[in-house]
Amino acid sequence: MKKITALVLTVVLLPLALTAGGSKEKTTLVMGTNAAFPPFEYIGGATGNEVVGFDVEIAKAIAAKAGKTLKIEDMEFDSLLTALQASKIDMAIAGMTITAKRKESVDFSDPYYEATQAVILKAENTAIRNLDDLKGKKISVQLGTTGNEISKKYTKDEAIVAFNTGFEAVMELKKNRVDCVIIDEQPAQNFVKKNPDLKVVKMNFDPEFYGIAVKKGNPALLSIINATLAELKSSGRYDALVTEYIK
Amino acid sequence: MIFDNIRRTLLEPLWDEGPNGIFLLFNGLRETVVITAVAIAFGIALGIVISLLRMSRNRLVSGLARAYTEIIRGTPLLVQLLIIYFVVFQAVDLNKTMAAVIAFGLNSGAYISEIIRAGIQAVSPGQMEAARSLGMPFGMAMKEIILPQAVKNILPALGNEFVVLLKETSIVGFIGGNDLMRAGNKIRSITYEATIPLFSTAIVYLVITFTLSQLLIKFERRLHTSD
Repeated sequence: MKKITALVLTVVLLPLALTAGGSKEKTTLVMGTNAAFPPFEYIGGATGNEVVGFDVEIAKAIAAKAGKTLKIEDMEFDSLLTALQASKIDMAIAGMTITAKRKESVDFSDPYYEATQAVILKAENTAIRNLDDLKGKKISVQLGTTGNEISKKYTKDEAIVAFNTGFEAVMELKKNRVDCVIIDEQPAQNFVKKNPDLKVVKMNFDPEFYGIAVKKGNPALLSIINATLAELKSSGRYDALVTEYIK
Repeated sequence: MIFDNIRRTLLEPLWDEGPNGIFLLFNGLRETVVITAVAIAFGIALGIVISLLRMSRNRLVSGLARAYTEIIRGTPLLVQLLIIYFVVFQAVDLNKTMAAVIAFGLNSGAYISEIIRAGIQAVSPGQMEAARSLGMPFGMAMKEIILPQAVKNILPALGNEFVVLLKETSIVGFIGGNDLMRAGNKIRSITYEATIPLFSTAIVYLVITFTLSQLLIKFERRLHTSD
């Protein structure tokens, strides 16, 4: 019986021992994102395992300022805030709009990009031209985004199809299963570039501001982030990044 | 038209200076095989322990082992994986492969303990009676007589568990792992094609599981040569 107890304890404690190294002072800064949102974050690199994009460049600057190595965790967009609460990531940079509801769970940095929603349609669709035309239509969106929230204002829940990624929402449109996609303007332009059978129509959506989300009660990290953003803007690096990734 | 799709999704680089689809798929396959192999090793060790605990005469110990097996078999593997990654190892910097190995190992361990238990119980009770009547203590009887015969029953089911686990690892993308399934999804997201990427992913899984099953059949045949 003693041997069995010893064996059980080893088997159970071994994984814990292997992971026990995580309690020292962390030298990495972990950024959480959803790498399906070009040009802010998307999959790139030589092996296909790297996350690249506008947000990644900002994250690199923040990590440099904090004197830590950057680590990027790619996950579902709607898991990001939970991951922040669980301290699995230090900051979430994912083209995430600052909203009152999100502010209830996390703190946001100063806004770093002004964005708006746009509508993706099939190129030959002339029926949808302004916000009123959206009423009652079938709309596909990315789960948990502000596009998802906004679509509820125009059509019933049953007519909204939410996918984990933007590209799947676009594929739904390509297959004519929905009338349009509501998603942020920059990714919309990116998606349409690859799909000549679609077009982007800008409408009078309210402007939104992207912010970097941080777990509540972490003023130190927040001030590093805000300081980095200010530096990027004043040094001109911010404009250079916009030209490189967004224009 | 279809050759054009194959070219775009599998053969051409998916982005500037990036990999092509086949490269992504094989990198993903490597990760899938690694996770499966380590998880099954962990699962076998854990399965042996749990089945021993289950056969204990102490009611509390065997009850705990039974509860563990019931819970693991009664909840979806995906839920277990997410709980391991997001809840249990919350503030720990655990890499995705390790988290997947732990979750799949814990899951496998429960199923393997049942396989071992069934294998042992399938050995004719007359064997234990004969061993005991020859004066062998319980432990020696198990080790020399029962377990060697049980192994013949256990190995086919164990091999099957290996094949099943390989397919189940396809959910590791939910915690951001870069396995074969995720590679297929990456190709889908960049090319906006569903057919070729998904069929290619399925075919790679099929080739691997088929090869494994064939190897298992050969191995079982060798086990039965003395029958």
